[in-house]
Amino acid sequence: MKICFKQRSILPGFGLALGFTLVYLSLIALIPLLGLFLRTAELTWGQFWATVTDMRVLAAYRLSLGASLIAATINLLFGATVAWVLVRYRFPGRRLVDALIDLPFALPTAVAGISLTAIYAETGWIGRYLEPLHIKVAFAPLGVVVALTFIGLPFVVRTLQPVLEDLDPEVEEAAASLGARRGQTVRRVILPELWPVLMTGFALAFARALGEYGSIVFISGNMPMRTEIVPLLIVMKLEQFDYTGATAIAVVMLSMSFVLLLAINLLQWWSGQRHCVMQP
Amino acid sequence: MQIRGSWNHRCAIARKTAATTESFAVRFLLIGIAMVFIGLFLLAPLAAVLAQAFGDGVGVYWSSLRDSDTLAAIRLTLLTAAIAVPANLVFGIAASWAIAKFEFLGKSLLTTLIDLPFAVSPVISGMIYVLFFGLHGYLGPWLSAHNIEIIFAVPGIVLATVFVTFPFVARELIPLMQAQGTEEEEAALSLGAGGWQTFLRVTLPNIKWGVLYGVILCNARAMGEFGAVSVISGHIRGLTNTMPLHVEILYNEYNFVGAFAVASLLTLVALITLVLKSFAEWKFKQELRVS
Amino acid sequence: MSIEVQHISKHFGTFAALKDVSLNVATGELVALLGPSGSGKTTLLRIISGLEASDQGSGQILLHDEDVTSQHVGTRRVGFVFQHYALFRHMTVFKNIAFGLQVRPRKLRPARHQIRKKVHELLELVQLDWLADRYPAQLSGGQRQRIALARALAIEPKVLLLDEPFGALDAKTRQELRRWLRRLHSELHVTSVLVTHDQEEALEVADRVVITNAGRIEQIGTPEEVFHHPANEFVMNFVGHVNVFHGRVEGDRAFLGPLEVEYSGQRHATTKSARGLIRPYDIDIETQANGKPGFKATVRHINAAGPQVKIDLTTDSGEPVHVELPHERFQALGLVVGKMVFVSPREINVFVDDERR
Repeated sequence: MKICFKQRSILPGFGLALGFTLVYLSLIALIPLLGLFLRTAELTWGQFWATVTDMRVLAAYRLSLGASLIAATINLLFGATVAWVLVRYRFPGRRLVDALIDLPFALPTAVAGISLTAIYAETGWIGRYLEPLHIKVAFAPLGVVVALTFIGLPFVVRTLQPVLEDLDPEVEEAAASLGARRGQTVRRVILPELWPVLMTGFALAFARALGEYGSIVFISGNMPMRTEIVPLLIVMKLEQFDYTGATAIAVVMLSMSFVLLLAINLLQWWSGQRHCVMQP
Repeated sequence: MQIRGSWNHRCAIARKTAATTESFAVRFLLIGIAMVFIGLFLLAPLAAVLAQAFGDGVGVYWSSLRDSDTLAAIRLTLLTAAIAVPANLVFGIAASWAIAKFEFLGKSLLTTLIDLPFAVSPVISGMIYVLFFGLHGYLGPWLSAHNIEIIFAVPGIVLATVFVTFPFVARELIPLMQAQGTEEEEAALSLGAGGWQTFLRVTLPNIKWGVLYGVILCNARAMGEFGAVSVISGHIRGLTNTMPLHVEILYNEYNFVGAFAVASLLTLVALITLVLKSFAEWKFKQELRVS
Repeated sequence: MSIEVQHISKHFGTFAALKDVSLNVATGELVALLGPSGSGKTTLLRIISGLEASDQGSGQILLHDEDVTSQHVGTRRVGFVFQHYALFRHMTVFKNIAFGLQVRPRKLRPARHQIRKKVHELLELVQLDWLADRYPAQLSGGQRQRIALARALAIEPKVLLLDEPFGALDAKTRQELRRWLRRLHSELHVTSVLVTHDQEEALEVADRVVITNAGRIEQIGTPEEVFHHPANEFVMNFVGHVNVFHGRVEGDRAFLGPLEVEYSGQRHATTKSARGLIRPYDIDIETQANGKPGFKATVRHINAAGPQVKIDLTTDSGEPVHVELPHERFQALGLVVGKMVFVSPREINVFVDDERR
């Protein structure tokens, strides 16, 4: 049986386009990644375990995971509200706010970092009100959560918006005609439709937050065992030329990222089953 | 690009009867919560950048921008973007041509690979180059023997930036070209047009808004990338600092005005990016609606 | 420019779209490829044009005696009209039509004023001269299709290939464009092949009709031949309305549903299952049995809106029968819903099971 690599087509340029793509991809991405895998293979189990279970490293994993989870949850709740308000209501400035949602995508993370620090520092615009209440945001774990919330803000909103827009008004009218109150309609009819997309947005925000570096290093204060995040530890190890240590820590992070990526793909497939969503 | 604003959307808004909307009080509350959230997390940082940058007056603002190290950082950032964006544009067009217009084994694997940088933390993105090209890396000894500097030098920064931004154009064009199909190209070929003629006259005009959108996002990320570049750059003032890295250096020296001054430039780029992005989306939706 | 298709086969993976198909189209002829979805007609059209290639080493395509099997679509000079028009959405109507002339290599390219003249000639031919500066999105479906046709004609093609050109249009526009195409063809005499699944279209427009089914050609003939002298059961069933009665053949008698008739076809040693196919207008209705072969049936539905009266009946065993009668006959019988009548066919085509597999 002949294995057909490619369906015949009269469109030209396949060889050229694919060839260029593969060469580019290999040079830029695949070969360097190969270096990472080789380095990982060189790790002995002992080295790996010792690095990864160091107290400082474990604290960093806890912080990265914990803060990302909290930030993603905040984005889930408030992001859903924002998406709902933007799609369903009309109010002055709506279009402006809609365009502004993408700011965390467009703004460099370093800029986000220093401005959030400025705001939440003890003398900052918001920090000065929190100080008497003994709520420390800048140079504390809470600051990490704030920064990660900023970073992940667009994900829930942007994944939810197209789905909300495509909701069939007739379904809600049917529920109302059958006697359901508004709250019941939202809870029993609309929300179940949105679950897969909400989960997808949550997972995307979570994944993004896990790997974040630029905005955190300013606001967290980088105190060992308290406000250090995993990417910072990787940077430190690299600066000390401890490639082995850096690789060990990175491998755990990458595994988490890939598991998340798998989960996101599954979620998108699940929501695709329920709903024809156009690609972002 | 999120292709929102479908016909259903306008139906949903137009048909706002009492049956499908909340009471005024609820609406007011929800809008209020949403606005407070947005204000707290989006508007406040924007305002803070401006307030801090101009905190000591316009004069100090301008002189911090004219500092030679700052100018060098600006030049490096622009150079990096000027290389990364066109390169990734060509890549994006080539990859989406192959993926969108043909059927072949391994297509979905290729599409997944293109999403790779999104799955990898920026620091790890930089790290892979250090592991490969660094002093103790695989190619390290060979590079130093030949006096080629990649890590802690401009080539490394460009490389890391290219890695982090290569999906942007491709991810926009692939679904766009898939949705457009191959019929127009087939028609052009049947009328006697050559391969390049077909591409330049038929395909390219059809994807121009997708290209613009992808290029805008690619550029924003290329100019603003911090984590990956930080790992590679070596932070040598005046030589291997991009604007985001320079912001960090100034900040760590407690030169807040300087740091925020540079940050304000980056914020300006971000705002322009948002404007152009909205424009490209609007244009695209217009076309969709008409056809 | 004649077209000769010789022994073409095409497989998509393991699916056989075309199985050893051969066909001749004479110069100036308009041939329709008619068949159900998936029968291979579009695939055949695309292979003739060069947009698809047949299986390696499987056959030849000759355009006016020249072997073009391995020629690229751009060099075959075929005008292809797509089902969904495939107009270049970013070009005006004028630029769309001029495209084929503008992309020619410099030596063969006509001068600008010549191109302009040609485009306007074509726009007048399709009666849409006033749309030259519009964009495809601003045109109706029927207008787009005529522009697509003009664009294909601009390169002065040897043959014109139309892939379900009116499929995406509403019924009235389809009818108008059908007649318009027929008139155009008699003016231009370009050899044309039209793919359609609409039999009314094929029978009305074509000089000859090719019936396709599951990758094979069932019959080639004029519309009249294909309708009144179907070569086999598939053709008779596909073209025009037909009543089907399932049953068997034993020796010289056929038992088909409620009917029992003499069977004069090939004798078989054993009983074979068979089907009787009867055209709705080949059936008589009487108020009672008249000695001819027939059966009792009850009138269920009468539709008198049309050139003939369409009557739906059911037999005693619940099988549906569809009959068409002239209005005078209908009046004379005084039929009403619920009335029991006697149905007797004038002509039956009997198809026995092992004859075609």
